[in-house]
Amino acid sequence: MSSITSNRLFLPVSGAIFFLCMALLPPVLGSAGLEGGGRYHIGVLNDIGLYALLGLSLNIILGQAGLFNMGHGAFYAMGAYTTAILNTVYGVPILYTLPLAGAIAAFFAYLVTRPILKLRGDYLLVVTIGIVEIVRISLMNDVFGMTGGANGIAGIARPELFGFRLVSPEHFFYLIWGFVAFTVLLFRMLENSRFGRALYYIKHDELAASGSGINTTHYKLVAFVVGAFWAGMAGTLYATKMKFISPVAFSFSESVLLFAIVILGGAGSIPGVILGAFLLIGLPELFRELADARMLVFGLAMMVMMIVRPQGILPLRRRVYNAAKQVGKYACAIGTQKLAPPAPEPATDTTTPPAPQKGTGGAA
Amino acid sequence: MNNLLSLNNLIKSFGGLTAVAGVSFNVAEKSIVGLIGPNGAGKTTVFNLITGNYRPDSGNVIFARHDITKTPTHEIVSKGIARTFQTIRLFPEMTVLENVLAGCHCRMRAGVLASMFHTPAQRREERSAIEKAMRELAFVGLDDQYANLAKNLSYGNQRLLEVARALATEPRFLILDEPAGGMNDQETADLIGLIQAIRSRGIAVLLIEHDMHLVMQVCEKLVVLEYGAVIAEGTPAEIKANPLVIKAYLGSEELD
Repeated sequence: MSSITSNRLFLPVSGAIFFLCMALLPPVLGSAGLEGGGRYHIGVLNDIGLYALLGLSLNIILGQAGLFNMGHGAFYAMGAYTTAILNTVYGVPILYTLPLAGAIAAFFAYLVTRPILKLRGDYLLVVTIGIVEIVRISLMNDVFGMTGGANGIAGIARPELFGFRLVSPEHFFYLIWGFVAFTVLLFRMLENSRFGRALYYIKHDELAASGSGINTTHYKLVAFVVGAFWAGMAGTLYATKMKFISPVAFSFSESVLLFAIVILGGAGSIPGVILGAFLLIGLPELFRELADARMLVFGLAMMVMMIVRPQGILPLRRRVYNAAKQVGKYACAIGTQKLAPPAPEPATDTTTPPAPQKGTGGAA
Repeated sequence: MNNLLSLNNLIKSFGGLTAVAGVSFNVAEKSIVGLIGPNGAGKTTVFNLITGNYRPDSGNVIFARHDITKTPTHEIVSKGIARTFQTIRLFPEMTVLENVLAGCHCRMRAGVLASMFHTPAQRREERSAIEKAMRELAFVGLDDQYANLAKNLSYGNQRLLEVARALATEPRFLILDEPAGGMNDQETADLIGLIQAIRSRGIAVLLIEHDMHLVMQVCEKLVVLEYGAVIAEGTPAEIKANPLVIKAYLGSEELD
């Protein structure tokens, strides 16, 4: 297909290089002579991958549509518990639960966000905090007798892919980061489409968006549903990676962390969100020796960042369309109308003004 | 001539203030109608009632024989009413082309899945939308600016860009709220030609404008509002001679 965008190559190429380097990491770390064969490092990278996935799903809601959702953990929890219950109670294989976990989380998002879409900014934020807390407390109280209360659910199976059982951190590394790569690809395409543009218009001027014919309520709802679907699937990956889930993992602070990943990285920007996950999940691990001081330093660094660079580290770069071939191709109605009396006279000589209309033309 | 739009006894109050107090008038197909009146007469409120941004307390709006009084704004746009805003409401950080693509949106079909997988039908639709947007940009003379950010355009060109975005929704009826606001004489002269060209595409135009020269030249019919009520209606010549209008604009003679 013809190139309709000019910066079309930069992002795909840099994205491909990034994921290729990631794919080479486990063998490199394994042979680097680290303690435990680099398993700890792989484990951290897996966490980063999961948070990147969650960040990407929240990015659609918070970054692209500009909806202040600080309760994203609720959808994540719905997905994780769906997988845990389906697997431990009904024996459904993990990978089959993946789309179901997404669907249940998406359906939940549809039900709970539909009545609150009219809320703006901070009001929406407060309601989403309520949602994530209600979900956590329900899980804690063993709702429907299925969630195991504070003890959570243990004994979740490992996923099997074409008869191959994924057990080691390296296996999960490829599962999680493969899923991240797949998500980046799809979300990038989504961003560069009618849907992605609609979210951008809504985020920046809702009145102008609806005045241009965009159904703002519909798109906000769809943003929540798509974001929740992906968060639900991330929940599946988390449940099978840990083999055990409990309400503690879905506390309010998780939602705040996800919020911070999206805002710090650069709201709306896919590379920004991935960088945000590396910084917010990876850096505290890197400075583990500093013990308690690391969170203080970390908090301060975030504050400075938000003051110095409020748009995030890697803000969204809009695609530039290339329509150069169509310039000058179509008819223009400006200045060509013979009906328009003060016709634009090229290089007007003030000596012979051509019958100025009501004193507007010959005033020079 | 057939009426494209009919306003029937629209009433709208905000708290204790009655901004629109029983406004009725018609706009014929393919006509250019001006809505004039002193500041605060309720002109923009009437526009917002037509486009669904406000709901009237009573009365109704009939467009192409359908009652659109309770229709949501975005549906009103897809039924064929497009508008520009008195204070420019573009997407300043987006390119000129993307601003016009916002108008194309309601004539496109691609859903979330098609958008996520860039299906062949979705790509075709994107290409033809870009083509249509470029055609509308050319129509207002901004096609060479397509890759610029909207905020970098001059004030007059930003107004033209709003017109292009409105035209991209394929309207039958276009509402312009002070289109010449902030334009210089040359730009205003071009605007007159543009409004006439829009009409010759079969689109009816309703405009609020303070530039009386433009209004008298371009409109076939004028509706004069004062204190939220229609005080006169007629051709520009009739309106110019109407004592009520002269009084509304200049005050009564004994005041001078």
